[in-house]
Amino acid sequence: MSDGNHPGGTIGEALLARGISRRSLLKYTGYLASILALPPMASRAMADALAKAPRQSVIWLSFQECTGCTESLTRSFNPTLEDMIFDLISLDYHETLMAVSGAAAEEAMQAARAANKGKYVLVVDGSVSTAEGGIYSTNAGKTNLATLKDMASDAAAVLSVGTCAAFGGIPHAKPNPTGAVPVSEIVTDKPVINIPGCPPIPEAIAGTVAYIITFGKLPDLDHLSRPKAFFGDSIHDRCYRRPFYDKGLFAKSFDDEGARNGWCLYEVGCKGPVTYNACATLKWNGGVSFPIQSGHGCLGCSEPDFWDRGGFYKPLSASVMGNPAIIGGAAVAGIVAGAASVALARKRRAEALAAQSKASAAAQEKMP
Amino acid sequence: MSLLDFARGPAIEVALAVFTLGVMWRLISLLGLPWAKDRTVRRAGAPSDFSAGVSGFIRHLWVPKGFGMTSRFALINGYVFHLGLAIIFFGFVQHILFLRGLFGVSWPGLPTSVISIAAVVTLGSLVAALVRRMTSPVMRLISTANDYFTWLITTLPVLTGLLAVSHLGARYETLLAIHILTVAALLIWFPFGKLMHAFLVFLTRAETGVFYGRRGVKI
Repeated sequence: MSDGNHPGGTIGEALLARGISRRSLLKYTGYLASILALPPMASRAMADALAKAPRQSVIWLSFQECTGCTESLTRSFNPTLEDMIFDLISLDYHETLMAVSGAAAEEAMQAARAANKGKYVLVVDGSVSTAEGGIYSTNAGKTNLATLKDMASDAAAVLSVGTCAAFGGIPHAKPNPTGAVPVSEIVTDKPVINIPGCPPIPEAIAGTVAYIITFGKLPDLDHLSRPKAFFGDSIHDRCYRRPFYDKGLFAKSFDDEGARNGWCLYEVGCKGPVTYNACATLKWNGGVSFPIQSGHGCLGCSEPDFWDRGGFYKPLSASVMGNPAIIGGAAVAGIVAGAASVALARKRRAEALAAQSKASAAAQEKMP
Repeated sequence: MSLLDFARGPAIEVALAVFTLGVMWRLISLLGLPWAKDRTVRRAGAPSDFSAGVSGFIRHLWVPKGFGMTSRFALINGYVFHLGLAIIFFGFVQHILFLRGLFGVSWPGLPTSVISIAAVVTLGSLVAALVRRMTSPVMRLISTANDYFTWLITTLPVLTGLLAVSHLGARYETLLAIHILTVAALLIWFPFGKLMHAFLVFLTRAETGVFYGRRGVKI
């Protein structure tokens, strides 16, 4: 890990020092170009650009999170975290992975910041607590809220890694006692890229970083600031079980015949149709499997408020009632209103009849 | 809150509440109204009120002899879109799951391809009904805003549902949200407009049968 004062020269130099050939670099950029859905010729351009590019300084901050995002990255198969750290980026500060601690760690962060002012990428995993001034999550005596504002001011861009940083995630779920918010609500004057997921796909993190270094700009983003290369398609559209959905063949429980036949998991709550991520194509653990392939519906973890969408096992087409008693109350109100209308009509009729008989009696009396 | 979360949650909940309140209010207030006594003398050999009511309803299920092709088309077309709507609503698995969430009962669904075909046919039939309403001088004369709005509120869920299943025009979550919102609009309009005939058709046709049956007329 760099100390921040010596960002480490170009990526090409770093590769040379490790005895990595240009052929290996081309193989690597070929893989990156393919997962980013870039044209085949882009791999050569990427190799040339990467070889000349300085290693990107990255400062990684962890807020209200479970370290699952870092775990996901360290379990990355291609490119491995080792590749990223030593070849592409200069990871100058990461609380979980760095050896130093205490005051030395804080000094490393400030040194990296000073050396790469306006150029470093700030990676954040975890949501930001804002309640009571952000006191629910602190580090080195400073709230995450203050640290984020401070460190983002000198960053080139911010990468919100994981659903907590991107959309608030589980800390943001109701009743949200810490006032958790996504990074994008605090950092409004810098580009913020969201790479959501619980955890996010490691290739999506690595691929996005590689894109920024190679092309010196942000990748195409969707309306939720997610890279389209990884979040352009829904799980449903790329799901290998999709033909069963189209045929109307669904598993009704996790151990019925439909489940054993690998039918669509819509009825048991799969949120694949409204979830945008690359799980169904890149998959996990080196392309071995992903949740639906393992027999469980998609939870929709890369979407905002996925924890509060009425239950993971509730089908998407079922309504999510806040309080079903409202319907019962409406029925009672309807009965009362109906009965009142009836009473009013009967009263008017009785009055009209009484008036009529009174008038006819009066008329009879007047008759000679 | 996303549009889909709003549609699945508060929108459909409020719509169901308005639907329940409106239907209860209208049915009770209508059935509880004081009835005007029919002072005519029952014709000799006239059927009982019950029998006249049932046979009146059944006779209205088909066009009487002597009516032309246009009337027959209107009736058959009516059956086509009513049947189509029933197939879509009760046969599509996603709809069954919605109903299961409300009432706790479910039944096997139809293949999605069958539902899609039913939806296309229903849509065509609804368009035909509108064309007839707008081209026939008599229909135009007796049609009100209620008729046109009810047509729109019935057609929109079919159209948006078809688009959602086909993933056409927007992202799926947006299409699904719009579809649910159109259903919510239908539920809200239901008790106050022409759609209430789903309940009242039995009463109105039976009452006509009773009225004329008493006078020895089969209508």
